[in-house]
Amino acid sequence: MINLVINGLPVAVEEGSTILEAAKYLGFPIPTLCHLEGLSNYGACRLCVVEIGEGPKARLVSSCTYQVEEGLKVRTASARVVKARKMVLELLLASCPQSKVIQDLASAHDVRQQRFRQEHEDCILCGLCIRMCEEQMMAKAIGFRNRGENRSIGTPFDMKSEECRLCGGCMYVCPACQLRCTYMEPEKAICGGCANLSPPCLEKSSFEDMMCYMDPCVACEIRKD
Amino acid sequence: MIKDITQSEATEDGITDKQIDALIAKHQTDRNGVIDILEAIQASYGYLPPHALRIVAKKMNRSLVDIYGVATFYQAFSLRPKGKHRIVVCLGTACHVRGAPAIVEEFERQLGIKAGETTPDMKYTLETVNCLGACALGPIVVVDERYYSKVIPTQVRDIINNSHSGDRDTADSHQQQKTIGEAVPS
Ligand code: FES
Ligand code: FES
Repeated sequence: MINLVINGLPVAVEEGSTILEAAKYLGFPIPTLCHLEGLSNYGACRLCVVEIGEGPKARLVSSCTYQVEEGLKVRTASARVVKARKMVLELLLASCPQSKVIQDLASAHDVRQQRFRQEHEDCILCGLCIRMCEEQMMAKAIGFRNRGENRSIGTPFDMKSEECRLCGGCMYVCPACQLRCTYMEPEKAICGGCANLSPPCLEKSSFEDMMCYMDPCVACEIRKD
Repeated sequence: MIKDITQSEATEDGITDKQIDALIAKHQTDRNGVIDILEAIQASYGYLPPHALRIVAKKMNRSLVDIYGVATFYQAFSLRPKGKHRIVVCLGTACHVRGAPAIVEEFERQLGIKAGETTPDMKYTLETVNCLGACALGPIVVVDERYYSKVIPTQVRDIINNSHSGDRDTADSHQQQKTIGEAVPS
């Protein structure tokens, strides 16, 4: 067992657990976005920041990936943490404002505005879908491609994957694409239009090319061909 | 419907499974060596044929996304065939402030392609890099291992023509290069 102190409360947790788990155990809320029980920890969104250490050595770490250490002192809601968290939320809002998940998180943390250049990304590269596909569905149909600002998630060569079994797990976990349809841009992959009960695309006249690479769509079964 | 892409591509670029197998066998170490294998394939064919990536994935017992991820991550790998002449323009910080973007634009205009693309006649591939380590001499342009320093847009035409003439006549290419820009000792 490892002893650590979270927000002044001592706690003993098993070796190998993360700060996030320890904090959950004590009931301290830490917001997360790219963390999902049953999937490996990835540390992409940085929403789960906490402050560890003391004095000048104090630093911010992502609690979902940081393993507990003996004598560790953790603060889950210090001024510095709150500030950093709000900044992360602003950045998320700046890249993907249409995401319901992000909107909810932002409003829960009293972030009502963001001060960065507004973009409308389809994907925040949290990697949830990739981990879902690999770790729970054992498919490995999608993955990261390219790097830097060109990084994207999808199938190799943007072709329909031979591994994909159309389970829809990727769309299920996606925090960005729910209730969205990429309409005429099928290359934008996971469309999520199908997660909608009455997909907006149904009203449109032309059905070609509006579905994602998972066609035929899991939910609405509109076929491309 | 999933087409059997493997088959059609194999005939298209005339790459046989055997050749790829041989390269894999040579570079495979346990379950690693993906990069080595891809490098070897790239060296043999000048690019990474999709077909080859599929074979690698199968042979290494990896998912295609893994291999594809590696292949697209590194700049050194190309998934598209490259042109005969490789024109590389440095867009590193130093070259950038010395006017490299204008050079790239000029190349794009003259060749009619965007950076990263290859001309339809497969003669030129235009690429950009982020620093070649010769910043004081920027903007730097490299054509087939030949370095041009302090390039200005008006030299672009000559540089293209020069690489062309180098095909037939390597002997005086050195001469020509000097007249265009200061040669960088490499
Ligand atoms: S939840 Fe920890 S980094 Fe995303
Ligand atoms: S920036 Fe071009 S050589 Fe360094």
